[in-house]
Amino acid sequence: MRFMMLLIRKGHETEAGTAARKMEYNKSLQKAGVLLGLDELSPPSKGARVSYADGTANVTERLVDGTTETIAGYWIIQVRSREEAVEWARRAPMANNEIIDVRQMEEYPNTAAKG
Amino acid sequence: MSEIHKTIEAVWKIESTRLIAGIARVTRDIGIAEELAQDALVAALEQWPEDGVPEKPAAWLMTAAKRRAIDSLRRGRMLELKHGEIARDLESQRQRLGEAMDQALDQVIDDDVLRLIFTACHPVLAMEGRVALTLRVACGLTTAEIARSFLVPEKTLGQRIFRAKKTLAEAHVPSETPRGDELRKRLESVLSVVYLIFNEGYTATSGEEWMRASLCDDALRLGRMLAELLPEESEVHGLLALMELQGSRTAARRGPSGEAVLLPEQDRGLWDHAQIERGMAALQRAQQLGGGAHSYALQAAIAACHARANTAAETDWERIVLLYDALLQTRPSPIVALNRAVAVGMAQGAAAGLRALDAIAAEPALANYHLLPSVRADLLRKLGRNGEAREELERALAMTENRREQDLLTARLNQTPLDERKT
Repeated sequence: MRFMMLLIRKGHETEAGTAARKMEYNKSLQKAGVLLGLDELSPPSKGARVSYADGTANVTERLVDGTTETIAGYWIIQVRSREEAVEWARRAPMANNEIIDVRQMEEYPNTAAKG
Repeated sequence: MSEIHKTIEAVWKIESTRLIAGIARVTRDIGIAEELAQDALVAALEQWPEDGVPEKPAAWLMTAAKRRAIDSLRRGRMLELKHGEIARDLESQRQRLGEAMDQALDQVIDDDVLRLIFTACHPVLAMEGRVALTLRVACGLTTAEIARSFLVPEKTLGQRIFRAKKTLAEAHVPSETPRGDELRKRLESVLSVVYLIFNEGYTATSGEEWMRASLCDDALRLGRMLAELLPEESEVHGLLALMELQGSRTAARRGPSGEAVLLPEQDRGLWDHAQIERGMAALQRAQQLGGGAHSYALQAAIAACHARANTAAETDWERIVLLYDALLQTRPSPIVALNRAVAVGMAQGAAAGLRALDAIAAEPALANYHLLPSVRADLLRKLGRNGEAREELERALAMTENRREQDLLTARLNQTPLDERKT
């Protein structure tokens, strides 16, 4: 089964020195054969928010005040259980202003990855 | 199972391979290493529900394994230490063992893991022993899980692993990573074990068999591990590409009631396109390393032709025929020749396909293979020779015991008119 580990960060400051430890962590996911993909996201100010009301789309700029929680990146991993995904998340080298949300990815109903 | 037990199981899945690999560096016997690691797991199952999961579970398990190893010395079980030196007295033996375990605890290196996999796939073992041992030590599967995956009783599987460990110990298999030509030869054994595990999962036919189907994920995990451990070996990337590309079709291979859906009829929207991309990248890596002509890479290249086609009609069959020609050169096999005949039929028309098929029809290896008459029926039907096609389908039906295959053949028989009119 596949899980997405969503990296949520309050503000956009990253703690100095975490980059090297994150690289090492990514390497350990890769060496264990569980890593399917990962990406880091640019600050929300480089994108936009599109919201919808009764079929009308509204585009707003996303201004970040430093206290908002935003999605800063993700990992996709393939593991055998929810608990294994959580254990991998526990091993991630995160700063105090960071959170990981562990979410299972939907599989097509007739695929093998049930259970 | 309680939450804590599920967590312990998850920790085991993550840590056991490196744990066993690290201990095996000291004990030089993966059977003993695996038992010590199991002892550590038992200790975790006793203590963690009380004390909680430790901050550094890997280090905790390694320390527990070390304690058990020293205990076993006290109980008189001899452990042959690195360099084969047997210390004179028990106390210095225990000290040396402790030091060696501490070192292993500090840093499990990639070479330890690689050595573990190569040993589990050693040619001295029977194929089923290699498969069971690999799933056990390199994927962290329990005996019960492996038994369920292979539809054999747990006791049988336990004996299989026990025998494999015994054979390795008796054969004094040197615990080292092979180099040069020897590496190529031994790697072939490792890759065939991985591909066999994948195929066991891939051929699982029903929804209740998801346990078997998860073997595909285990094989892919092993393939990705090996690609990291041996990044310069093109065949590893070739096999990984093949498994990713075949695996990408999983959701499309079964209809709503579990019936098989063949490639031309599959809903290509159900293919996993992220997985296709990973497969393509691995194939490119294999080709860049100069391994494009190896058998896994060629099979992956054929799968890639299908993956690239947005519809079945867009499939580049000419290229597939060429790839089968190359595959026949590297690894001649009647099955490959049969698949080539199908491709010829698609690329150059049914008459050409039939000629290619009839050229190999006398092959003894295909004498009882239901796909030979089944393919022949398809080609005859396209040529409007329905009477002959029906005869071939009847023959194919008599040759297969597989329910799903029978359903498929019966459906085709029903679609084939009795008369000789062109369809």
